[in-house]
Amino acid sequence: MTEVSTPTGPAIVVKGVSKRFGDLEVLHGIDLRIDRGTTTCLIGPSGSGKSTLLRCIAFLEEATAGTILVDGAPLGFTEGPDGARTRLPAPSIRAVRAKIGMVFQQFNLWPHMTALGNVCEALRTVRRLPRKEAEERGMAQLRKVGLENRAGHYPSQLSGGQQQRVAIARALALEPEILLFDEPTSSLDPELTGEVLNVMRALAEDGMSMVVVTHEIGFAATVGRHIAFLDHGRVLLDGPPEEVFGAPRHPRLEQFLETYLDRGAATLV
Amino acid sequence: MTPRLFELMLWAAGATVLISAVSILIGLAIGFLVCAARVSRTRWLSTPAAVFVSFFRGVPLLVQLLLIYNLLPGFGLYVPSVVAAIAGLSLCTAAYQAENLRGGFMSVPKGLLEAADMVGLSPWQQMRRIRAPIALRLTLPALINEAILILKASSLISVVGVVELTRMAQNLAASTYRPLLFYSVAGGLYLVINWLVAGGGSLAERMLKKERA
Repeated sequence: MTEVSTPTGPAIVVKGVSKRFGDLEVLHGIDLRIDRGTTTCLIGPSGSGKSTLLRCIAFLEEATAGTILVDGAPLGFTEGPDGARTRLPAPSIRAVRAKIGMVFQQFNLWPHMTALGNVCEALRTVRRLPRKEAEERGMAQLRKVGLENRAGHYPSQLSGGQQQRVAIARALALEPEILLFDEPTSSLDPELTGEVLNVMRALAEDGMSMVVVTHEIGFAATVGRHIAFLDHGRVLLDGPPEEVFGAPRHPRLEQFLETYLDRGAATLV
Repeated sequence: MTPRLFELMLWAAGATVLISAVSILIGLAIGFLVCAARVSRTRWLSTPAAVFVSFFRGVPLLVQLLLIYNLLPGFGLYVPSVVAAIAGLSLCTAAYQAENLRGGFMSVPKGLLEAADMVGLSPWQQMRRIRAPIALRLTLPALINEAILILKASSLISVVGVVELTRMAQNLAASTYRPLLFYSVAGGLYLVINWLVAGGGSLAERMLKKERA
């Protein structure tokens, strides 16, 4: 390992990551650098592997080859000079993963806890903060997503958009350096996506490092500083939005964007 | 029926409730362990657990009680008959509760545990804070059902010499020659107890509704 953790280095480095489910290889040797303090959007057609890539970065899926460095530290596997991979022990995985927060498509809030309970859970159980301090921090996060007046509500009593904002607050509570979003608005009614995207936009303006798998091409083009277009498990295009979306456009991207004509991406096409 | 005799019936009903409640709680604890063993990937844990479940679900409780009662002295264990009765009821209900819990645990959405992984909860913390509470909520109706079944099945423990509601009714019916009266009172008391259990169950479910609604 020659990579050294420096505050100026990339937030995440993905090196030669492949993922195979049985006979199906869904990622073929992905290389990607995620810069600090900016938003990277992973876009691409369904089945292109963008969610799998994000889940590999979070180590929710174990890549079958390659390594992932978070802040310079290997997550899950290290690669020796001879290319042999070793699986790291669970405490190391937990330590490196503590730098990452994740927001899921299905929110995944714990239904038996209130909004505040969801946000405070890790502060209490993992960080072992006293109740009062944990709740103060939890309320601060709920305020950030505009839901301090819903603290005592259970997830089932909240709209989808509110649930996703609570999930963002939960991910923020541990003050991660990087936030991962896996299609955060895909299970929301169209009229509820705005409130979630606004929260994400505000986080981006605050300089949060974010990786967003999204079908919201408009969001990707305006908030993303870095776009990676995946197709059939490969990064086909990788660069700033002007470059990726600008002319001359890659035919696969053109084809992909056409399916979004009726989804508010018309201005781009 | 004299007040004195009714008092005896009430005392016996109390014994029924106490023995059943203790058995259900012990059964829940054993059920948790059996369920954990049953879903384990280690064969030498999951196989005995599966055997345990199929034995205690497959052999009539009456036979189990008689087996335990007559087997224990063979191992040099001379325990009061009430202990043998509680052991029998607990083991029997544990088998059913293990299966209920297994269903509950399998119904906990995987995403909830991924979210817990991402905020750093250890496997044990996930069990304690996320999986067990949700599985218990999902199995609450089945647990209430099981409690009622055990309350009724506890009438069988009279065969190992424990005086509970059914046995007391038998004794008093025999000594007063008024079987109809005492069996009616016993039946009525069982009914009231089970109404209370069912009522407590729906109350708990209503309180949890707020989470699900």
